[in-house]
Amino acid sequence: MNRALIRYVALRLFTAIPLLLVISVFVFVLVHLAPGDAASALTGGRAISQEAMDALRAKYHLDEPMVVQYLRWLGDALTGDFGTSVQTRQPVVTAVLDRAPLSLWLTFYAAMIVLCAGVPLGLAAALRQGSRLDRSVVTLSVFGVSTPAFVSGLFLLYYLGFVAGLFPVFGAGRDGGFWTRAWHLTLPALALALSVLAIVVKITRAAVIEEMEKDYVAFARARGVPERRIMLSYLLRNAMVPVVTAASVIVVATMAGAIYVEITFALPGLGSLLVDAVRQRDIPVIQGATLFFSVFVILVNVATDILYVLIDPRIQFGKAAR
Amino acid sequence: MTGQSVQAIGGRIVGAMSPALWVAACCVLVVLVCAIGGGAVAPGSPDMQRLLVGDTPPSAEFWAGTDKLGRDVLARTVAGARTALIGPTVVAAGAFAIATVLGLIAGYFGGWIDNVIMRGVDIILALPGPLIAIVVVGVTGGGYWTAVSVLIVLFVAPDTRIVRSAVLVQRSQPYIEAARIQNIPRHRILFVHILPNVMPIILSYAVLDFAFALVNLAGLSFLGLGVEPGTADWGRMLFENRNILFTNPAALLLPAAMIVVTAGSINMLGDRIREAVAK
Repeated sequence: MNRALIRYVALRLFTAIPLLLVISVFVFVLVHLAPGDAASALTGGRAISQEAMDALRAKYHLDEPMVVQYLRWLGDALTGDFGTSVQTRQPVVTAVLDRAPLSLWLTFYAAMIVLCAGVPLGLAAALRQGSRLDRSVVTLSVFGVSTPAFVSGLFLLYYLGFVAGLFPVFGAGRDGGFWTRAWHLTLPALALALSVLAIVVKITRAAVIEEMEKDYVAFARARGVPERRIMLSYLLRNAMVPVVTAASVIVVATMAGAIYVEITFALPGLGSLLVDAVRQRDIPVIQGATLFFSVFVILVNVATDILYVLIDPRIQFGKAAR
Repeated sequence: MTGQSVQAIGGRIVGAMSPALWVAACCVLVVLVCAIGGGAVAPGSPDMQRLLVGDTPPSAEFWAGTDKLGRDVLARTVAGARTALIGPTVVAAGAFAIATVLGLIAGYFGGWIDNVIMRGVDIILALPGPLIAIVVVGVTGGGYWTAVSVLIVLFVAPDTRIVRSAVLVQRSQPYIEAARIQNIPRHRILFVHILPNVMPIILSYAVLDFAFALVNLAGLSFLGLGVEPGTADWGRMLFENRNILFTNPAALLLPAAMIVVTAGSINMLGDRIREAVAK
């Protein structure tokens, strides 16, 4: 860790602040987007006693101007108080933290599949450009991009889970150990991975093809550097730059996919928490979950920008932020 | 890129199409016929309920079986072609109409106005789009056209980037300089001189927008947030039939396959068009 790197990380985190503010305003405004007035939105449209309504108005400062409401809400949110769920009376933070581990499990499992399969497939297709392997990889990746996770999930659930009986079709294996969990989450992770895999394959293939034309590859060949070494330590590293650049697209696709997959497989993760809350107009939970997802995406974006600099030393600190 | 004739681009699109591309084109044609033909193509009414029949697997009478309310799945799938095509068309056209104006202004004028537009674009791009769509559509009470409007806003950002960079390429060309020297009004340069030259790029990306919008709208309907209950729509069918996967799988697998086949075919054709335009 050198000084320039630390300064760059600090700067990058600092530039994420305006974005976080935009998102917090958006999340705050959600209450007022709902049909009817904010108070009835916060009760989920149910009739409640006058005292309870007054308490709610006081909690959300609904009688004060919007700006004051926002600042007070933001203050509460920053100290970890997002209110309580309209439906379950559970504090929003508890509900989110309860559900987060499953979603993280699922996402990392899928990310491993994507990286372990996507990069080699893209590389193999690029090295034999125009071959049958290449053409089938390209066609499959076009269809992969167009296959939302809930569609691949349904097919996997039916054919591998039900017809072939290879995997459990229900539950997240919460009470079991590591392997039980992995076993239960294999189909969901696969469904999630398939939709994202296509993006990675496409970008890797295009990047490798572009790199192969570069002079340094021809020069390395002329020097007699073994082909395997050219590919793995010279070319692949450079070809990874566009993949890392696309990381934010990949992360957003994975996250959206995770929401759909959790619904398809009825997994109690953050995505299903959010969708259930949206269906029941449980505004505090929607706010909490949306903020959690958004902050996660922004942090991953910051992390990839840093990774980007580490992979490609030609990019100078501070200039990579575009 | 200047002076490319429509015929030249068209020739490159159709010339030497691979079998896979022909299959894709045929699939799109079939969906289009279903959407336009509607009742004339379908084997029966998509809305007729047969409560006593309930959900049944595929049979001679109902080729794709029936759903919980005894409605013909095949007829509903055919009828679903309509919402599958109309919404994405509006999204692609609407997003690019706005993006074209913004991109022309940002790319041609540069300076502070370019900065303002592009920083706005950056912010929208940094947001997790699909999540925003789910939340906004859900909280405002849902509906097909709400979903379409939200997607238009989200798609304007990347589209503006594409139009702007295409305009930047044109702006430095001699013919624009010539037009400027002749004192041709700016709006005329923008819409009569530059626009036709960036149009092929806009149209090729609009096709990709269409496929992406189709998948996104289906996703919202799958969550029960898009089209109104009762509508024959592929995404909605997945939502309504989610409990009968093991009694009549066709009720889910058929509409699911239609989403992939349609979006995939359009994506393939879109890639082809984009390559032809870029040459």
